[in-house]
Amino acid sequence: MSAGIAGALVMETCFESGVSVQLQKLSKSFESAAGEELSALSEIDLRIEPGEFVAIVGPSGCGKSTLLSMIAGLERPSTGILRVDDEALTGPHPRAGVVFQSDYLLPWRTILGNVLLPIEIKGLDLNKYRSVADELLVQVGLSGFASKLPFELSGGMRQRAAICRAIIQRPGLLLMDEPFGALDALTREQMVSDLQALWMRLGNTVVFITHGIDEAIFLADRVIVLSPRPGRIDLEVKIDLPRPRKWADAHLHTQFHQAMVDIRDCFERRGILHAENLEQPAVQT
Amino acid sequence: MSLADGLKQAAFKMQPSKEELARSSRLRRRRRTVIFERAAAPVLGAILILIWELVARYSGISEFVLPQPSLILKRMIADCPLLLTHAAVTAIEVVGGFTLAVVVGVAIALTIFYSRLLEVALYPILIAFQTIPKIALAPLIVLYFGYGWGPKLFLSFFISFFAVMVATVVAFKSIDRGYADLARSMGASELQIFTKIRLPAALPAIFGSMKVALTLAVIGAVLGEYVASERGLGYIQLQANSNFDTTLNFAAVISIAVLGVGLYLLLLAAERALMTGRRPSR
Repeated sequence: MSAGIAGALVMETCFESGVSVQLQKLSKSFESAAGEELSALSEIDLRIEPGEFVAIVGPSGCGKSTLLSMIAGLERPSTGILRVDDEALTGPHPRAGVVFQSDYLLPWRTILGNVLLPIEIKGLDLNKYRSVADELLVQVGLSGFASKLPFELSGGMRQRAAICRAIIQRPGLLLMDEPFGALDALTREQMVSDLQALWMRLGNTVVFITHGIDEAIFLADRVIVLSPRPGRIDLEVKIDLPRPRKWADAHLHTQFHQAMVDIRDCFERRGILHAENLEQPAVQT
Repeated sequence: MSLADGLKQAAFKMQPSKEELARSSRLRRRRRTVIFERAAAPVLGAILILIWELVARYSGISEFVLPQPSLILKRMIADCPLLLTHAAVTAIEVVGGFTLAVVVGVAIALTIFYSRLLEVALYPILIAFQTIPKIALAPLIVLYFGYGWGPKLFLSFFISFFAVMVATVVAFKSIDRGYADLARSMGASELQIFTKIRLPAALPAIFGSMKVALTLAVIGAVLGEYVASERGLGYIQLQANSNFDTTLNFAAVISIAVLGVGLYLLLLAAERALMTGRRPSR
């Protein structure tokens, strides 16, 4: 019976639509320790459609993370307007889930206890969501780990649990700040594919911050390239490769390659990447 | 299968394989190591006491200077009611002072953590207080608090709260702010962030500081008794000193140590009870 309820709750997620996110002339500046005004982001105009997967790439320090924490409602923009679902954002949005680069699992709670943390914080019915959590853990391949403590899991597994925690409430908006940045290449590849599958099932809006150009192109409907500080939108690339995309196949696609070339060109123009030097290095004597 | 074959096979099965033998010997070795480790402290303690006993008995040092452990033990048994009554007094002083230290220490730590203004205002003053040798305050404390529980509780508290406060501030400050951001993104209030994240995260460090504070609280209570008292193990020592009764003096010292270890074990038990389901340290 309880399995049936869990199934129904998870099924419900399929019909939940994502929310839209709208940024209008959004800027953010900080005051440095020396008292100078540092501009982190400058006049970002962006509309993210419901259910869209948007990846944001940019060099370190370009303000990508700041942009994400503003959309998460954790930081206020200095100027400009930020709307989620056509409503001005005043704090963390109840329909947003966040995944950071660190899993931030509480080390004294079991995996299940961690996944249920948002439910506990919002004062919702824990019993009802326990079966949802179990179901989610099974879906991400963590069945049998519900009662384990975080230290008993590998980095990839911990990040899976963190994703479960972010989506337990079927958020309309999933915000991910370099979620696979700390994982090894193989694990990352697997996580990227699994995230695609999960998103296709959930149908929510995703804003995905990353350093990895390939991972951005593979996952996203649209890749936004930010310039070095102060971050501005330098380039937008639409990716309409058919889904589900397969990691190896997608890379062979002309569109994938073209997007890769365009984004790298953009970085080269900004001096973030340097044109590849294919000459043999001089032999040291 | 013939009977002989069956027997042969049975015999073969009885014979443990090489791997089984290796495993069981490894297990045996590990068990032996554990036993050795458990026994290490008691054995070393026994050896030291034995040396003490032999030196005290055969070196010609007078009983007035260094009584034999056996004599001290006899005395402790004979004077058991006296020692217990006074130990109870000291125990109440220690527990009271220690509890005050934990409550006040954590409370001040929280105000310092949550208010930048209070931090810059309070911290220098608290550090200045901490640098005062507590014993220098003892006569003043007697002047203010009299001869009752006051000076003992106060000294016990005052000598031990700083450890709790500093460790708690550091523990709260060292929690990665990502945890708070995460909770906030879930719509958590400051109070929820405190109860669900900060406090449990700081708990191991707070317990660590409580262990330091407890041993200091014992020192504070006995110090208070030295200055002015009519009861407690420190008072027994003073009495013994003025009667040239070194054996009773030692008996009181050992009682203080036993009291301290006992309270420490209680604290460990409380810690273990609160930390069940956590990653075991070590």
